Amino acid sequence: MKINTIGYFFREAFASLRRNGWMALASASTAAVALMILGASLLVVLNTDYFAATVESEVEIAVFLNDKVDAQRAFDIGEEIKRVPGVREARFVSKDDALAELKKNFEQKRGVLDTLGENNPLPDKYRVKVDKPEQVRPAADKFGTIEGVAKVKYGQGVVEKLFAITKWVRITGLVVMGLLALAAIFLISTTIRLTVFARRREINIMKYLGATDWFIRWPFILEGIILGLLGSLVAVLVLYFAYDNLNQALLQSFPFVPMQRDMSIILKVYELIIGIGVGLGAIGSMISVRRFLKV
Amino acid sequence: MIAMFNVSKTYDNGVKALIDVNVQIKKGEFVFLVGPSGAGKSTFTKLLFREETPSRGHIMVNGVNLVRMKNKEVPYLRRKIGVVFQDFRLLSTKTVYENVAFALQIAETSNREIKKIVPAALEMVGLSQRADDLPSSLSGGEQQRVGLARAIVNKPMMIIADEPTGNLDPDTSWEIMKLLDDINKMGTTVVMATHAKDIVDAMQKRVIAMENGKVVRDEQKGAYGYEN
Repeated sequence: MKINTIGYFFREAFASLRRNGWMALASASTAAVALMILGASLLVVLNTDYFAATVESEVEIAVFLNDKVDAQRAFDIGEEIKRVPGVREARFVSKDDALAELKKNFEQKRGVLDTLGENNPLPDKYRVKVDKPEQVRPAADKFGTIEGVAKVKYGQGVVEKLFAITKWVRITGLVVMGLLALAAIFLISTTIRLTVFARRREINIMKYLGATDWFIRWPFILEGIILGLLGSLVAVLVLYFAYDNLNQALLQSFPFVPMQRDMSIILKVYELIIGIGVGLGAIGSMISVRRFLKV
Repeated sequence: MIAMFNVSKTYDNGVKALIDVNVQIKKGEFVFLVGPSGAGKSTFTKLLFREETPSRGHIMVNGVNLVRMKNKEVPYLRRKIGVVFQDFRLLSTKTVYENVAFALQIAETSNREIKKIVPAALEMVGLSQRADDLPSSLSGGEQQRVGLARAIVNKPMMIIADEPTGNLDPDTSWEIMKLLDDINKMGTTVVMATHAKDIVDAMQKRVIAMENGKVVRDEQKGAYGYEN
C-alpha cells in the first residue's frame, strides 16, 4: 500500500465524519455510554475478585489446645502445625493474651468480665494462616488429628459462599459485557451503514473504475475506528474520574472495604476498553460495507 | 483481443438476455453495437468488464478467460478497460480534476504521476479551463468529456461505452464521437452500444446488430439498419 493511498483513506474518513457530523456525534456518544457501562461492569468484576481474594486470604484457622497441654507440648503442636503443607504462619496466643485481647474489646463493659474474677476460661490457641483459600479445609482437618488439639474453628461455609458469589458476579459481568459489546457494534454499524448508503453510488463507480474491495473498505473502517476510539476515550475519562472519586470517598468513610488500588491493573482495564472500542468500530463498519461491495 | 464463444446469459429472473453469441473483436477495432432496447447490448458490454458472468460459454479478453477469473482479479481487469456511461457517473462532490484523478488513485498511481497524467487528459478532451469546477456546473457534453478523460487515464486497452451520447444533443454527440475516434486512432479498442442511427451511418465502422439476444448481423463499414 502506498503512502498517498493511506493519505487518501484518512482524508476520506475525516471528510465523511465531517459530512455526517451529528450522526457521528450521536454514534460516538452511544458507543461511549455502552463502553462506560461495559467498563463499569469490568471494574465491578475486578473488585469483586479482589474483595474475595482479600477476604479469602484473611481467613484464619483457630486451633484450640486442650487445657491439660503443657508448654513443651504446646510448642511441639506449633511445630506440627507448621509442617502441614500450605501453612503460611502459625501464631501462638496464650490464654492470658486472649483474655487481655478480650478485655480490650470489651473496654466499655468491664463489669461483664469482672464477674470472671481470677478465673480464665479461655484456652490456649494457635492462629493459623494458609497460602490459598482452598487449603483452609484440608489444613483444618489435619490440625484436628494432632494430639492435644481440642477444637479447630474457621469460617466454615463462609469460604464456600464467597466462592459462589464471586463466580456469579463474574458470570453476570461477562454476560452484561457481551450484550453491551453487541449493542456498541450495532450502533456503530448503523452509523456507518448510513454513510455507506449515502455513498453507494460512489462505491458503485469505484468498482467500475477497478477499485479493490479493500480500497473501498478502508476509509469506512477508519471512520468506524475513529468513532469507536472517540467513544472509548470519553468512556475511559468518565470511568477514570468516577473510580478515583469513589476510591477516595471509600478510603475516608469505609477504609476497611478492600478496593483495587493498583493503578497498573486499572490502567489495563482502560486500555482494554479503548481496544474494545476500536475493535468494535472496525467490525461494525466491515459489516455495513459488505453488502454494498457486490458489483 | 475479445472473443466470445457460444455465450448465453440467462438472468435469475428467467430473462434470456443473450443466446449463443459468437463474436471476435481485434485489437484497435471500433465496433458499434446496435439493436432495439432489450436486444442484449447492455448485457454484452457488462460481460466484457465482468459485471456479469455468462450462464454458458466462454469470454476471452486479452488472453484471459473471464469465466475462470477470480473475483479478486476483477479490479485489475477493470483498470485496463475504460467504461463510459450514458449518465456520466461522475462524483458530484469532487471537481473535474479530482474525478479524473480518482481513477488513478484507485489504481494506486503515485501523486507525481497523477499530476502529470490528469492535465494531459483534460487537455485532450478540451477541459483544462474547467479543472476546478464541480460537475454540476458543466453541460452534459462537458460532463461526458470528463467521463472520457477518466476512462483513458489508466491507458486502457479498450473503451466500453454504453450509449455515451444518449443524453446529449446532436452537436455535442459529435464532439464525443470525435474524441472516441481520436482515442481509437491511438490504438485503443472501442466498443460502443448505441441507438444513434446518424452516427453509426456516418462513421462507417464495424456494426454488430442484435435482436432478442442474438447477433443478427455483423458487417465491416456497416450501417445502423433500423428505422428509429
